[in-house]
This record gives sequence, structure tokens and C-alpha cells, in this order.
Amino acid sequence: MGIMYKHNYKENDYPVIAEYEGGSILLTSLDAIANWARSNSPWPLTFGTRCCAMELMAIGEPHYDFARFGFEVARASPRQADMILICGTINYKMAPVLKRLYDQMPDPKYVIAVGSCTISGGPFFYNSYAVVRGADHVIPVDVYVPGCPPRPEALLFGIFQLQKKIMRERNFKKKNIKYTEAKPIVNKK
Amino acid sequence: MTNEELKEYLTGQFPEANVVQGPQFVEMTVSAETLLATAGKLKNAKETSFDYLMNLTGIDYPDCISVVYHLESTRLHQVMVLKVKTANREEPVLDTVTPVWRTAKYHEREVFDLLGVKFNNHTDLRRLFLEDDWGYPLRKDYVDEVRIISR
Amino acid sequence: MSEIKEIFVNSDKLKTDDYQINMGPQHPSTHGVLRLLIKLEGEIVLDVEPHIGYVHSGIEKMCESLAYNQIGHLTDRMDYLSAMMNNEAVSLCVENALQIEVPDRVKYIRTIMDELMRISSHQLWWSAYGMDMGATTCFFYGLRDRQHILNIFEDTFGARLTLNYNTPGGLMFDIKPDFQKKVKDFVKYFRKKLPEYDQLLTGNIIFQERTKGIGYLSLEDTIYYGVTGPSGRAAGFSCDVRKHHPYSAYPFVKFNEILDTAGDSFARYYCRILEMHESLNIIEQLIDNIPEGDYAVKMKGVVKLPEGQYYQRVETSKGDFGVFIESDGKKTPYRVKFRSPGFSNMFALNKMCKGLKIADLVAIMGALDLVMPDIDR
Repeated sequence: MGIMYKHNYKENDYPVIAEYEGGSILLTSLDAIANWARSNSPWPLTFGTRCCAMELMAIGEPHYDFARFGFEVARASPRQADMILICGTINYKMAPVLKRLYDQMPDPKYVIAVGSCTISGGPFFYNSYAVVRGADHVIPVDVYVPGCPPRPEALLFGIFQLQKKIMRERNFKKKNIKYTEAKPIVNKK
Repeated sequence: MTNEELKEYLTGQFPEANVVQGPQFVEMTVSAETLLATAGKLKNAKETSFDYLMNLTGIDYPDCISVVYHLESTRLHQVMVLKVKTANREEPVLDTVTPVWRTAKYHEREVFDLLGVKFNNHTDLRRLFLEDDWGYPLRKDYVDEVRIISR
Repeated sequence: MSEIKEIFVNSDKLKTDDYQINMGPQHPSTHGVLRLLIKLEGEIVLDVEPHIGYVHSGIEKMCESLAYNQIGHLTDRMDYLSAMMNNEAVSLCVENALQIEVPDRVKYIRTIMDELMRISSHQLWWSAYGMDMGATTCFFYGLRDRQHILNIFEDTFGARLTLNYNTPGGLMFDIKPDFQKKVKDFVKYFRKKLPEYDQLLTGNIIFQERTKGIGYLSLEDTIYYGVTGPSGRAAGFSCDVRKHHPYSAYPFVKFNEILDTAGDSFARYYCRILEMHESLNIIEQLIDNIPEGDYAVKMKGVVKLPEGQYYQRVETSKGDFGVFIESDGKKTPYRVKFRSPGFSNMFALNKMCKGLKIADLVAIMGALDLVMPDIDR
């Protein structure tokens, strides 16, 4: 559906609209520059648990190079990383470690859940006693990339979706957001 | 040695053990008290020299817990199976075979972790995979309403 | 003042404690989620204690509620770099228990796929090992060549990593007509690239100084600790399952078992490089002679094994992998246990590392080729 702005909202449409009131030309330009800088260089944290870590290494190889997009600087320490790509199964012993890594990352931080194990438990959904069914029980997730394991192109597509999400952020003026409730659909015929 | 010769040799050497020919290998069942002595003899004797412990498995039965050892001889290239049973399921206790085959040290920790079998004279009997207050998941009567989604 | 002077003059009055650091679960060099508690004196390692269980998923308990041809898809996820051989172990165990004979075509294809998987696993190991040592170029060279094998897998099975191709009774589907040509092209291409690997790392004087003499394990200790695979063959332990208990098409091929006597990290490294050469030889012997026939034996819908205990061994790229199945005649197994080679290999780390530095610890762990989901299951 995409984002709905005030000028293409018809009277009988359904969702809730959030309008950012104004914002001067200076602040919105600053926003645009900051978002452009952040989305073109999110540095990932090296965090791989299971098979999806192989696809994380595969996007670094010459055939699917991720250096063209600006995030080949994979940091080992969470204090220096921008985003965390959770590749692999999370179980009850690993969940506190993941939370601690997420807490150590400085703002702004983003999370991508790669593979079906992190989305919902994956092949270990039934009858397993030690797997957390989905990493979003532990930390908030921005983008989900399905697959078992997803192809490297799918993982790159997921990172592009994250870049688009970053471009939509507003950091400089957050006050005065007006929410208008949509009216129920009335059948005019 | 072929399987028949091995079976005759073992029946001669260990008269109180129960030696049968299984689907693939010769299987010998011993009692829990003679386990360590039997293991030592199997490793040191010249005709058998079983010096490589391939696998150590714990199995949960309705009345006892059984541990199965798969042994191989690196010099003569023969394989046999050694089985032992605990007395009961409430307090299963066995001797450790770590002085004979060092690789058993961590396999026995895994059996303690997942099935609850205690091993005497083990230098470091702690849990390996799970936390200290978890139950024993591989037992057949393990019930966990919160974590398992059953099908 | 005089007390301070006394401490400096008679330094045995200065008490020192051991310093314990934690090489945590998230670390770029531990090849997965392994936690090491290292006791140090200065930079010399006194004791290493591994803590595992951070990726334990309860696969063995899950298998007790699955049918026999569903266990295969979980074995892919254990040691994902030799997924083909794990599937083959379960399939062979069930086939031997039911005493089914598979056609020759199935045996040849299984062996060719095994050897391709072994080469791809060693390529990834080489890339990661070079990167740990600091030679980042090796990462790109190794993964570039590995991509050609993954393309062949994708054209044949549809998946790059988690394959699930072997089932009890044969294969899931047949190979495509252009499979032989692609594999022959790859063998020709890779034979030209393997000397590059020697030029980059093997002959490098810094690499040799960092790995020769480090992590020594004698032959008796290797058997005592149960270390198998190329790590064990580097000390002289002749443990290749393909030679001593052959399965599939290995009785029909001639190849050498790579043994060394040095027992240090450089010997383990070089055994794997030579194994890649041997795998290429095996593929060349088999690729032109694949016999015609069916790709699977017709099995019943519900597979039930006779009562008893069965054990099957297979040589994966890490070592001796074993599957133990106990059946009580029902649709699902009573107990399934996977003997993983990494479990025994890793716990010999303490013996190998005493008295060395932390940088040597990284070199030893890389040469052992550990994969954590294999150890934790």
C-alpha cells in the first residue's frame, strides 16, 4: 500500500493517518542528510549462530559483494556496530546474551532477523524443549527475511528494505504529530 | 577376528556376562559392579585391544536406564558393543570409565545432563548443555508445558 | 618506604593471582557460539575450559516423534558443511536394518556428491582459517571457488546448504543430463586453482612460524581422547572410515589415506589440503562411469524397522560421524543418538594448549575445524 500522505487520502479510506506538522525546510533537509548518511553505511555486528551464518559470509564473497553498498566493515564489538543481523537459532541459554549485546549497542540501532529460526522457531517449532520461537520475543526486530537459509540475494534485499525504512525516519522534529482516525467505509451505492 | 570367534573368546573370558550376536556386532551385557574391570581387560588384552571408544549412549527404559558403549580396536579393526544397566530409575548410579578411555569424560557429562545418571569417581560431573534447574529432557516422562509445543 | 623497597628487591614477596578472561559466545574467531574460560598468567595460557550449549536445540528428542524419512531434514542442520554425508548416514542405517540393496547408480551419485561436499567444506575452512590468522585475502579466494560447487548443487537439488537429498531407499530425484559436464568443468578449473592456495598460505613463512610445533598431540593421546578426521590423521591415527569400513561406491575407487606423524597444527592443515587433491581424484574416477538405472528403490509408505540397535558410521569432513538408532518396531524410533566428531575433537583443546599464548590458541582452534551446531546438536 505504501505510505499515505494527506493529499491522496480519500474520504472512505480505512487506516489511521499520522501527519507530521510542518517542519521547516531547514530541519527536513537536515533529516534527509542524516538519514541518507545512516542508511548508506550501517555496519553490521558479526553474530552468527547456525546455518544462516554461512549466508552472512556468502554476501561478503566476490560474487555477491556487499562492499558495494557500504557495509563491509563488520565490527566485532557491539559498541561500534549499527545493526545486528541475527543469523541462526536462539535458544534459552543464548537469549540473555543476545539481549545484552543489543543493550550495549548505541543508538540508532537496527535489527534484521534472518532465516526462519529467528522468525518463528523454524524447523524446531514442534517438540523442541530448548528453542525460543522467534527472536522478537527477546529484542525488537525491524526487518524479517524468510528462508531456510535465504539466498544471499534475499538477504541483500532485506538490507535494502531496511535502508528504505531508515530514509523514512524523522529525527529532528517529533512534536505535534496529529493522528486522525479514519472514518468507517460507507457504501455510497 | 570374525564375529563368531570374538563371541567365543568373550564367552570364555567373561563367564558371567551375557554375549549375543546382534544385528551387526557382538553385544555383551555386564553388570554394573564389574564394568570398570571389564573395560580395563578389554583394552589391555592382546587378542582384543579395544582402545578407541566410538560412542557412549544413554537410553531410558521403563524400569532402568541403560548405557551402551561402542568400541573399536585400532590395531585389529574389529567392533563390539558393551551394555550395562542401572539398578533403578530413581537413583541411577554407574562407575565412570574415564581412566580407560578419556573421551568418555564429556560423553558421561552429557548423559548426566540429559538423563540424570550419576557416575562415581568422575572428577567433574556438571551439566553440559542446560542450566542447573532444568529437568532431564531425554527421559520419557519429561513434561514441559511452557516450552514444548507438541504435535 | 622501606617496605616498598623491600618488595621490589625480594620479588617473591609479590603475590600474583591467576587472571581469568572470558572469550565470550559472540566472538569472530571461535567459529560459532563457544564460550572459553581461559586462565592466564601474563599471556601464557594455563587452562582452557569450554562451555557449550548456546545452540542446543534438542534434536535427539525431536527425532523420537518423527518418521524415519523425516529425520534426514534435521541432520542437515547439525553440521551444515557436510549435510550430504549426515543424510547418507541416516539413510544407510535404515537401509542396512531393513537389508535393502540400493542400485549402483545411487551409490555412485552418493559418493560423487560426498566428495564435492568435502571439497566445499575444506574450502570454507581454509578461508576462515586464513582470515583468523590475519590473511584476509584467503577469505575471498576460497569462497570464490566454493561458489562454483554451490551452483552445481543449486542446479541439481534446488538448495545451496540444507540439501536433504538422500533418503532411505535412494535419492529424492534424479540428476540432470548436464551434471557430468559441469562437474568435469569444475574439476579442471579447480586443479588449476589449488596451487594458488599453496602460494598464499602454505609457503608463507609467517604462517609456518605460527603453526609448526603448536598444538602437539601424540598418537596415544589422539586415540585416548578420540580425535578423528584430519586432525587425528595428522598424528598418525589411521581412522578413515572410507578405508576400513567402506560404504556406497568407495570399494570401487582407489585413493590414498593421508597420514602424517608431526601431530601439530601445520600437519592438520596440510592433511586437509592433500585431502582436497584426493577428492578430485575420486571424482575423476567415478564421473564418467555412472551406471544407468533407477534412482531409488520403492519403499513402503510407512517404514518400520525390526527391533534392535543399529549403528552406522560415515566419514565427514570433520571426522567420524555415527548414527545410533534403537527401534522397538513402531513407526517412530525409540532413541536416536548422533555421535558428532566435533564433540571429541574439541575437548582435547585443554591438553593441546598448555603453556602457549592466546594467539596460538586461535591457531589451534582454527586447525581443528570446529562447527558448533555439530557439537551442541
